[in-house]
Amino acid sequence: MRYARDVAIVAFAQTDTLRRSDELSEVEMVMPVLHDVLRQTGLRSSDIGFTCSGSTDYLAGRAFSFTMALDGVGAWPPISESHVEMDGAWALYEAWVKILTGEADTALVYAYGKSSPGEVRDVLTRQLDPYYVAPLWPDSVALAALQAQALIDAGGTDEPALAAVAARSRTDASDNPHAQLKGSIPSGEYIVRPLRRGDCPPVGDGAAAVILAAGDRARDLCERPAWIRGMDHRIEPHSLGVRDLTDSPSTRLAAGRAGAFEAPLDTAELHAPFSSQEVVLRRSLNLNDSVRVNPSGGALAANPVMAAGLIRLGEAAARIHRGESDRALAHATSGPCLQQNLVAVLEGES
Amino acid sequence: MSKAASAKECVAVVGIGQTKHVASRRDVSIAGLVREAAQRALEDAQLTWADIDAVVIGKAPDFFEGLMMPELYLADALGAVGKPMLRVHTAGSVGGSTALVASNLVASRVHRTVLTLAFEKQSESNAMWGLSLPIPFQQPLLAGAGGFFAPHVRAYMRRTGAPDTVGSLVAYKDRRNALKNPYAHLHEHDITLEKVQASPMLWDPIRYSETCPSSDGACAMILTDRAGAARSPQPPAWMHGGAMRSEPTMFAGKDFVSPQAGKDCAADVYRQAQIADPRREIDAVEMYVPFSWYEPMWLENLGFAAEGEGWKLTESGVTELDGDLPVNPSGGVLSTNPIGASGMIRFAEAALQVRGQAGEHQVEGARKALGHAYGGGAQFFSMWLVGAEPPTT
Repeated sequence: MRYARDVAIVAFAQTDTLRRSDELSEVEMVMPVLHDVLRQTGLRSSDIGFTCSGSTDYLAGRAFSFTMALDGVGAWPPISESHVEMDGAWALYEAWVKILTGEADTALVYAYGKSSPGEVRDVLTRQLDPYYVAPLWPDSVALAALQAQALIDAGGTDEPALAAVAARSRTDASDNPHAQLKGSIPSGEYIVRPLRRGDCPPVGDGAAAVILAAGDRARDLCERPAWIRGMDHRIEPHSLGVRDLTDSPSTRLAAGRAGAFEAPLDTAELHAPFSSQEVVLRRSLNLNDSVRVNPSGGALAANPVMAAGLIRLGEAAARIHRGESDRALAHATSGPCLQQNLVAVLEGES
Repeated sequence: MSKAASAKECVAVVGIGQTKHVASRRDVSIAGLVREAAQRALEDAQLTWADIDAVVIGKAPDFFEGLMMPELYLADALGAVGKPMLRVHTAGSVGGSTALVASNLVASRVHRTVLTLAFEKQSESNAMWGLSLPIPFQQPLLAGAGGFFAPHVRAYMRRTGAPDTVGSLVAYKDRRNALKNPYAHLHEHDITLEKVQASPMLWDPIRYSETCPSSDGACAMILTDRAGAARSPQPPAWMHGGAMRSEPTMFAGKDFVSPQAGKDCAADVYRQAQIADPRREIDAVEMYVPFSWYEPMWLENLGFAAEGEGWKLTESGVTELDGDLPVNPSGGVLSTNPIGASGMIRFAEAALQVRGQAGEHQVEGARKALGHAYGGGAQFFSMWLVGAEPPTT
């Protein structure tokens, strides 16, 4: 599809993902990355046309938690601003659409999540059908294990292959100063069969920020902008019983709409918190071995809930900024067992 | 600078659906509630689920129902499977913001026809509890929203010299207007001004009958482009302008009586809609008034009255249903408050007015109407202006 304007990611920053960050408020966690992306572009907050964030009250344990984080943006004089109660990848989507309308030329997007104050496995059960499923408290690892077992039963993978995904991710994370788990990690004991420690994401706190800009403004702000050639997201039914857990049709549909299949990709940053989910996503996206998958280490090395999807977009863009990629795919997911998926295709100009 | 983007696509409202708002909808699940509103909007537009390209949903804090990111669970009920679905949350202004995010999908030509919906099913949990979770080193909302806003009402009264009877006039008007709106929550057939004035004082100067109820309810709209509007069986409402503005919760110098974000937001909408004199050019206003005194306060903040003069408009009857500038002909938030949906109801009621479909609470000859929402500590604002005719530019 042809869009009204060319829009690019021109700056990206992220915190180190930490197991705990008790000493930091959300504002204190977000401010350094906001300052970082502004510094990278030379913009001041008053130059930004639109601001959008992604987070969830359920991690903070209080209603309206994002209103305090907004204080860190410097929202005075009043700014044009919005918030999605979703991963920051969808905040980036809302900001991209806003720029496409012509009402803004630049946008600041940020996301944050502190999982450490609670038990994130328990917290995520509150996403489930509140009448029939949530009262049983099936946790996120157990649901992912169901998906992994379905994949194994269908011949889509086996435990050694999953261990290889985990090992590759954490080896790649050695080069990522922000990753939480680095270096070779033994696949470890079973958490919920067939998933072992190494197949599951670490629990961590972190934040990320991105700046978007349109057309020549992007070229002014960044030597090699990561142009958003297409972006789309799709959702699937909620109930696991009516989905084929070994496939991700929403990812395939979003990727098709974003133009991912129109030309070869060299990089893919996939938001796959569990090793088995990378297998599902690779199949849905027809990624072959020539595509570098999760050079950052991915969500298996650092998974700050609500920021991890935005970080995939940021990592893919940063590779284009550095000249390490010409055409990258970035993916974000939400909901149990890859229920909702977003795909963006990013390109650098040669 | 980049080449100017091609002109935005026009956005039209072609379908509106609401539930009957009540204290407790025990007969339906959350999914059943939202589907009811969405289905009514589709019926109004004479469209089917297959005609919808994307869904944008909003509600106030997830703690109000005890359900995290409910868009995931609601995807099936809203026909969103295989489609894009976005979830907006901007505190009390969310109903308006949600409609604006949906409108951007059409305006940018990313999608042609979008279902937008906002809801709250307050009976599933307890909103007072949801707003009172303690957090270290932060000031809690004092005894609910009324405790937070009462001092700002006091400040308004002191600043303007408004007599203390104005608040009860607003409540009396809105509750009478609600009697003409079949979807309104409170239908107080025996309401009198004296009863409002005799109701218990909750947070001085705010009396019980000057506060909003806790409602279950949902509101949905179908937004579409020019081509979609041409096929609409009913007259569309055309969007002439829309904006959001935010400012921090509290800081030295913040004007809680008339926040700058509200003024800037209205100014942006009027600029887009080419409104020079809102008092004369706008025929009806659906304003977010959860406590009665916010009508005169917002009349000033939105530029309908000079500073200090808002209460005079209210007192002289200008804002009555048959007045010169009817405010909340639907009965407003004071009569119906499914929190997350309340902003969208304002936007939808403004659209109903310019479509000429507001029934008994129709403002005669309404051609341009303003929908307004605010949230947080009077810090988030979203507004749109809709007209009976398409915008000329």
